[in-house]
Amino acid sequence: MSEIETFRAEARAWLIENCPPEMRQPVRSDADICWGGRNPTFSCPEQKLWMDRMAAKGWTVPDWPKAYGGAGLTPAETKALREEMAALNCRNPLASFGISMLGPAMLKFATEEQKVLYLNQIARGEIRWCQGYSEPNSGSDLASLATKCEDKGDHYLINGQKIWTSYADKCDWIFCLVRTNTSSKHEGISFLLFDMKTPGVSTKPILLISGNSPFCETFFDDVKVPKEQLVGTLNKGWDVAKYVLGHEREMISGMGLGVTSVPVSDVALKKIGTEPDGRLDDPVLRARIAQFEVRAAAFRAMSERFIDEVKARRAHPAQPSMMKYYGTELNKARHELLMAAGGSDALEWESAASREGATPRAWLRTKANSIEGGTSEIQLNIVAKHILNLPGA
Amino acid sequence: MPMFLTDDQAVLRDTVEPFMAEQAPISHLRALRDSKDATGFARELWAHFAEMGFNGILVDEADGGLGMGHVEAGIVLEEIGRNLTPSPFLSTAVGAVTALKAGSAEQRGHWLPGILAGTTVAALAVDEGAKHRPNHIALMAERDGNGFKLTGNKTFVAHGHVADLVIVAARTAGATHETSGITLFAVEKGAANLTATPERLADSSIASRMAFEGVHVDADAVIGHVDGGWDGLTQMLNAVRTGAASEMLGVGNGAMAMTMGYLKERKQFGKIIGTFQALQHRAAHLYAELEVARAATLKAQQLLDAGDAGAERAVIVAKAMTGYATQLSVQESIQMHGGIGMTDAYDVGLFIKRQRVLGELFGDSDFHANELARLSGY
Repeated sequence: MSEIETFRAEARAWLIENCPPEMRQPVRSDADICWGGRNPTFSCPEQKLWMDRMAAKGWTVPDWPKAYGGAGLTPAETKALREEMAALNCRNPLASFGISMLGPAMLKFATEEQKVLYLNQIARGEIRWCQGYSEPNSGSDLASLATKCEDKGDHYLINGQKIWTSYADKCDWIFCLVRTNTSSKHEGISFLLFDMKTPGVSTKPILLISGNSPFCETFFDDVKVPKEQLVGTLNKGWDVAKYVLGHEREMISGMGLGVTSVPVSDVALKKIGTEPDGRLDDPVLRARIAQFEVRAAAFRAMSERFIDEVKARRAHPAQPSMMKYYGTELNKARHELLMAAGGSDALEWESAASREGATPRAWLRTKANSIEGGTSEIQLNIVAKHILNLPGA
Repeated sequence: MPMFLTDDQAVLRDTVEPFMAEQAPISHLRALRDSKDATGFARELWAHFAEMGFNGILVDEADGGLGMGHVEAGIVLEEIGRNLTPSPFLSTAVGAVTALKAGSAEQRGHWLPGILAGTTVAALAVDEGAKHRPNHIALMAERDGNGFKLTGNKTFVAHGHVADLVIVAARTAGATHETSGITLFAVEKGAANLTATPERLADSSIASRMAFEGVHVDADAVIGHVDGGWDGLTQMLNAVRTGAASEMLGVGNGAMAMTMGYLKERKQFGKIIGTFQALQHRAAHLYAELEVARAATLKAQQLLDAGDAGAERAVIVAKAMTGYATQLSVQESIQMHGGIGMTDAYDVGLFIKRQRVLGELFGDSDFHANELARLSGY
């Protein structure tokens, strides 16, 4: 057996031994997602057990170096592990902006001390991170951000406001873009880390059309931040920010389309039933689902290709924009189909049977997918400019 | 297996790309078309393919081939697509070669040398109606002396009028819609009571309507087992569907490349039209569709080469997805070119015609989406 096949066999055996059966069920609601943090909430004890076991193995971040809490796996081993987890329907043990967004940027831009401290906490799920990017007047034009950061000698002083901060009210630390130079748009931004418990930080959840509040307004009033919590070079934070955005786009591109999500056709068969020949008793919806499934399967292949290309450093730097655009539009289409399949049952907003409107709330939540992390239109601009080399307007 | 070309595959691509662009560019298609060529391709080019080794890509080394896979065959087909090259490569070097893998050593010994030499051309006689329905085969093969007698009609048989070898899917048992009772036959050119009527298609390629009016074949014409040809037929179809997907990728990307070039040079309102966001967004969307289709196609090729059980699904996805993506590509290409795109003198119109034929060949996107639903149990 080749080395990789030996690794694959051992990984599979370990997963079978250590992944609780409850963690091999499809994710059915937000409660099934494990975020870790200082004050973690677990839907069942097995969720914590699974996270802890995977963290101890270094497999919450399998390809990070061991010194930072990973397992130091090669790209081929990481891929084999991911494939084995998918084949066994193992859930992601730890959803984390620390893993998917901040971590990769830290690996590239942070000092050794910062990496050892922060990355280990992220790998173990001890600190839940949020992202301080958008501001009320800086949405698609993110680099116009204005949150003020002053050098006060032994610390920075932050004043300003962020918006659309995902889970800010539940997060422990924030990675935040601040303005350190007003004379240059892109060369005046810095990337800071700080504790959300720091005096002067406050959050206010924003009630969305889903009836939920995953996003907050975040206010900074004379927030003092130690200087060693700057990542990268002062005024060069836009480079870090763009790098994070690339990873954010990768993460968003895969939402809801993984192998552990419930197939739309399962929902349709259950709600609508079949004709005598076994076909879904709604031929037009059946065709729409089939066309969607073609694209979803093709996009899964694209995601695999994209990851392989990234690991081999062959991916075009703007390719995450394509992935984000396609993945989010597909996920919105998926939820439109889930609503159609669910019929009037999918309209119930509060009933226990509907798990308090899980389907319609999730449907409405996906409408943000093509806005957050850069709108679909911004992604298309980036593809047109950087990949197709179309001239500027 | 990482989802990108290996170094060896990249070397092959770097060989095929200039070869096709130099030996069989779009002007080659125009020359054949404008001279009302009755063969449908250039025999010298087919021999040249053989010299380059292309014809042996899918032939096992034991049979004198290169023993490579569908990824490599796809590299050749993508360049065929990009240059709109008329060639019997897909039906012969992919379809017939795959079908013969299920055949006897004698059959391979009889047919493969000519294919490897670029002297033999093969055609695939599967469809019987306007739409691809391989599970509705009605052409009858009845026992007749030491062999069989074939009676029925086939249509949309590319190269059927010049083929030395016709792979025929026939019914030896069972009802029309059953998959058991299918048998594959290798029928030689010039068989009595067999007529091929060549029809020029929209893309100026030639496909035949074939009439089998009691065509006798010996028992050794059977490929594989009598009544058990469904698996062999499926393998052959999966190979050519994946191949057609690759060829379509070439067509779709070729059209897009022309169009991006045009967007960067055409001026209106004093501006390069590629600066207009309305066009930029459509171009970027098209890029995404073609990238996703490429991934789906590579996935199918890799799984076919690995003999993976997931290949059947992956082939369905590849053919359907490339159909969607490349249909969009050729439509957008004409629209973005404006009036000039409607002229015969301009090449972009040739792409939309070729895409239409390849999209229909061996099942269109609707057929494959329906198959995906059926396989998924809805």
